[in-house]
Amino acid sequence: EEEEEEEEERRYQLYPGHIPTSPLQKALLAAGSAVMALCDPYRHDMVAVLGETTGCLALPNLRDKMKHHPEGHRILQERPRIRLSTLDMARLRGLPDGSLGREYVRFLENNKVSPDTRMPPKFVDDEELAYVIQRYREVHDLMHTLLGMPTNMLGEVVVKWFEAIQTGLPMCVLGAAFGPVRLSARKLQVLATELVPWAIRSGRNASCILNVYYEQRWEQPVESLREEIGIFPPPAIRV
Amino acid sequence: VYQVFESVAKKYDIMNDSMTLGIHRVWKDILMHKMNPSPGTLLLDVAGGTGDIAFRFINYVRSVRERQLQRKLKHHQNLSWQEISESYQEDKFKSLGDSQVVVCDINKEMLKVGKQKAQHLGYSEGLSWVLGNAEELPFDDDKFDVYTIAFGIRNVTRIDLALQEAYRVLKPGGRFLCLEFSHVSNPLLSRLYDLYSFQVIPVLGEVIAGDWKSYQYLVESIRRFPPQEELKAMIEDAGFLKVDYQNLNLGIVAIHSGFKL
Repeated sequence: EEEEEEEEERRYQLYPGHIPTSPLQKALLAAGSAVMALCDPYRHDMVAVLGETTGCLALPNLRDKMKHHPEGHRILQERPRIRLSTLDMARLRGLPDGSLGREYVRFLENNKVSPDTRMPPKFVDDEELAYVIQRYREVHDLMHTLLGMPTNMLGEVVVKWFEAIQTGLPMCVLGAAFGPVRLSARKLQVLATELVPWAIRSGRNASCILNVYYEQRWEQPVESLREEIGIFPPPAIRV
Repeated sequence: VYQVFESVAKKYDIMNDSMTLGIHRVWKDILMHKMNPSPGTLLLDVAGGTGDIAFRFINYVRSVRERQLQRKLKHHQNLSWQEISESYQEDKFKSLGDSQVVVCDINKEMLKVGKQKAQHLGYSEGLSWVLGNAEELPFDDDKFDVYTIAFGIRNVTRIDLALQEAYRVLKPGGRFLCLEFSHVSNPLLSRLYDLYSFQVIPVLGEVIAGDWKSYQYLVESIRRFPPQEELKAMIEDAGFLKVDYQNLNLGIVAIHSGFKL
């Protein structure tokens, strides 16, 4: 009897790590993860869960954007992953200053982050959409690099505003709206007057950031890539 | 099962409160009242992990002891001061009166959490923590007055072996008490209970403990566990007599009791 149950679960499991959930469970998860993410900002897993349970409209949208774009389409076919095991860190470090690869590695080292800490999706009930959200998570650090924002609270909020405009994911919108709650008045001022307007303008102007095959553009200078995508140069402020 | 409880140990108590909306505390209190231990009782609490039963036992025995001493003092009011001070020295004012509880659990992490709690709450006397397997207890025969297993027996692979071990380590006249999730026969409550268990509990596990799978397992293990009459028969098979059970909350939980006579 136990084997039957396990087999049934495997039939519903669309990708490794997938946990099938009923609509009620998704609703409860969305509410619970939202509250928990606000109460305990170190629960990054809750932010991830919130993204997955509320992304049912935004994710198909993003996938369609990717499908109808030559580079995005290739990404959906080839399913590249950004992981320490797949990146040639030594080669990237050796690239000229100002190139995407060099600046990305610099960002990872300065902020002491790794692309391997992104949560794999659990509650997305479509394996292609699961890849889309995974890709969004793995590309997040590249967003920091392209926007020139560090991983402190202020930098993260700015990136969230940009991502909210770009992806429409409710999790980004909530993060953008509630993130500033923990900032000082001075930072809030800089945020409101300079950084957010720039993030919004760039977000609107830029083409879909998921349609860029970053792994094939390590040598491209950051400035050139910014221009190509449509991200305006970041304001000259220390974040 | 071991890995489930390793990850579960630290958030165990918070999850219990959230899942049962705090009612598990009432269930455990009822178990203690049913046991009604007198000072001098030696209790073995198996799968006792974070110490809930052990602490309740100590509190109960302490309050019984206090009442005993108060009654003694009242009785002594006719005596001289000399006689009273002599009796004080005799009594060796043991607040627990020689009662002891041994908490036995198969999981190191759960015991660690239990020890920390004991320290934090100020329990030290009459309490010991032993790593052990319910199917093969590290104790001699005929040692304990009472054996309890609260929300632990459903995680044992061979329940029959655990029951046999319980019989072995109890003194003649000793009592076996088991507090465990059981079966709800009322159809309406059963449906609501299933809905809550399957829809809400894994979500709570994910949100509070970041662990959906362990709590999904928990809910499934409750469904697989033998119902009241079947468990009663198993306890009788192990040699216990006067076996009976008491349903709490219409069968969501049941206390089974048996004696080694």
